[in-house]
Amino acid sequence: MSALTFRLKGEPEERIDCSSLVPHHLANFSPAEIARLPVGTTKRGLLVGDVFEVSRNDAGEIRFEGGSGRLDRIGQAMQGGVIRVAGPAGFRFGRAMTGGELHAEGSVGDLCGSAMAGGRITVGGDCGARLGGPDAGEMKGMSGGTIHVKGNAGERAADRMRRGSVLVGGDCGKDAFSRMIAGTVVVKGKAHGVPGRLMKRGTIVLMGGAERYAPTFVDAGVHDLLVLKLMAKALGEVFGVVPFDGSPMRKISGDTAILGLGEIYVPA
Amino acid sequence: MPVIDLAATVNGVRIDDDFAEAFPMSGTAIQITAINEKWALEAATKMTGFATSVIACGCEGGIERVLSPDETYDGRPGVRVLFFGFDSGGLEKQVTTRLGQCILTCPTAACYADYEAETTIELGSAIRYFSDGFQVSKKFAGKHFWRMPVMEGEFLCEAKVGYTAESVGGGNLLIMARDVRGALAASEAAVEAMKAVPDVIMPFPGGIVRSGSKLGGKYPGMMASSNDAYCPTLRGATQSKLDDDIGSVLEIVIDGLTAKAVSDAMRAGIKAICDLGSERGALRIGAGNYGGGLGPHHFALKELLP
Repeated sequence: MSALTFRLKGEPEERIDCSSLVPHHLANFSPAEIARLPVGTTKRGLLVGDVFEVSRNDAGEIRFEGGSGRLDRIGQAMQGGVIRVAGPAGFRFGRAMTGGELHAEGSVGDLCGSAMAGGRITVGGDCGARLGGPDAGEMKGMSGGTIHVKGNAGERAADRMRRGSVLVGGDCGKDAFSRMIAGTVVVKGKAHGVPGRLMKRGTIVLMGGAERYAPTFVDAGVHDLLVLKLMAKALGEVFGVVPFDGSPMRKISGDTAILGLGEIYVPA
Repeated sequence: MPVIDLAATVNGVRIDDDFAEAFPMSGTAIQITAINEKWALEAATKMTGFATSVIACGCEGGIERVLSPDETYDGRPGVRVLFFGFDSGGLEKQVTTRLGQCILTCPTAACYADYEAETTIELGSAIRYFSDGFQVSKKFAGKHFWRMPVMEGEFLCEAKVGYTAESVGGGNLLIMARDVRGALAASEAAVEAMKAVPDVIMPFPGGIVRSGSKLGGKYPGMMASSNDAYCPTLRGATQSKLDDDIGSVLEIVIDGLTAKAVSDAMRAGIKAICDLGSERGALRIGAGNYGGGLGPHHFALKELLP
């Protein structure tokens, strides 16, 4: 069966809330009912039909043809199925999702994968700030699932991350991994600013190193660890390829200002 | 007159029309890897020491087979080890105690689950506190590991392992020969054949037990005592089940993760004994049972003929 398709009629004049356009929500809706769902965020009250041409078939797979940085909350709280965006997407891409697959060919905005608990996100371009982090007022960021950003990640990536795996193909913006609780992040490029501030636990592989480390991080030496080999193999199966192979790496421990059981691995 | 009815005679080996009576147990399998096969075997041998009989050892355990690097989870040489207990609680206690004393302590060794099931017992989760707060939980690829810093570097252990309550303990063969040399030759041939069967172990020394037992005894508190009916030196002094030409008896006890694995192993053992023949090996094959009223698994020898 072909996918349920939302073809963008033109660049939206306001930010669009796409949070209702997820497979489990649309499963029992007719095309006409879908077209009447509200997606506007101003008093104009835009409906799906005002923004998209809808062609319905299998709601288990949804396609957005023609993306936009104004399409917010795509895949928010999705529980299963597949959503593909042929282009960029806006804020909160895949926020709080618990299952399924979410793919964007272009870049996405802030809070991608924020507080997600399961499922898989792939971003073909860059992502904004607080990748996998908490939204305002929340105590923790992502607690499961995987995120693959092929480009760069913005500031404070993996802030308060609790569990799950993240692969960033480019660089990370300022102060990534701050307050990290646990989980695994692999960065092919460099971490700008001071990564890992106040991280308690968690594993970070920085193939391009960091701009600088906080003085509360300590060099623990070069180690040949079995877990790095297993992680390289396992994450390679998840992401297709990872930029480390399990060879010995230098361990930077921190943040000793708090628990100090976090670990940043850089090439030896 | 034969002591027990004959099911068949193959290559001069008489096979009793009798059955092995076996019992349900909780069983599991783990994978131990190390920098090389020597250290993997060292760890596995230590871990499965003193694990011949659940009655006195708390569990029955053994090395199922050596694994090549492409069979192990981390790509290093390894060993698959099976353990069996009366119940999941007893099994977990034995496995985790042995894990802590024999695998955690062994240079370069790592430990992974090698049996998947909905029901689990703890592995690394039970011994992680040895790390005194420095232990690290790691979840990836659907697996949960505990990383335990040790003086050598780091001990990696999967958090839990599945177990099955459908395991079978106590499958057995009684190998009767003119003398101990013949009994040992036949038993060794049988054990070698059984080792090729997956999901089974023969927990006694070299897979063979010379002091087979019966339930209870004349002394109070004895859960088991010598199986006098099969002791050749007691012929005449007890209700012997031995023919006049039998001078020595050895037993092979088989534990398996499934009843089919146990019956496959018994079949392989019987064939190996028969292939060796009565001139060089056994004169007769029997099986131990308690009349059929205790154990729900009955393995009739005549159904396992080569």
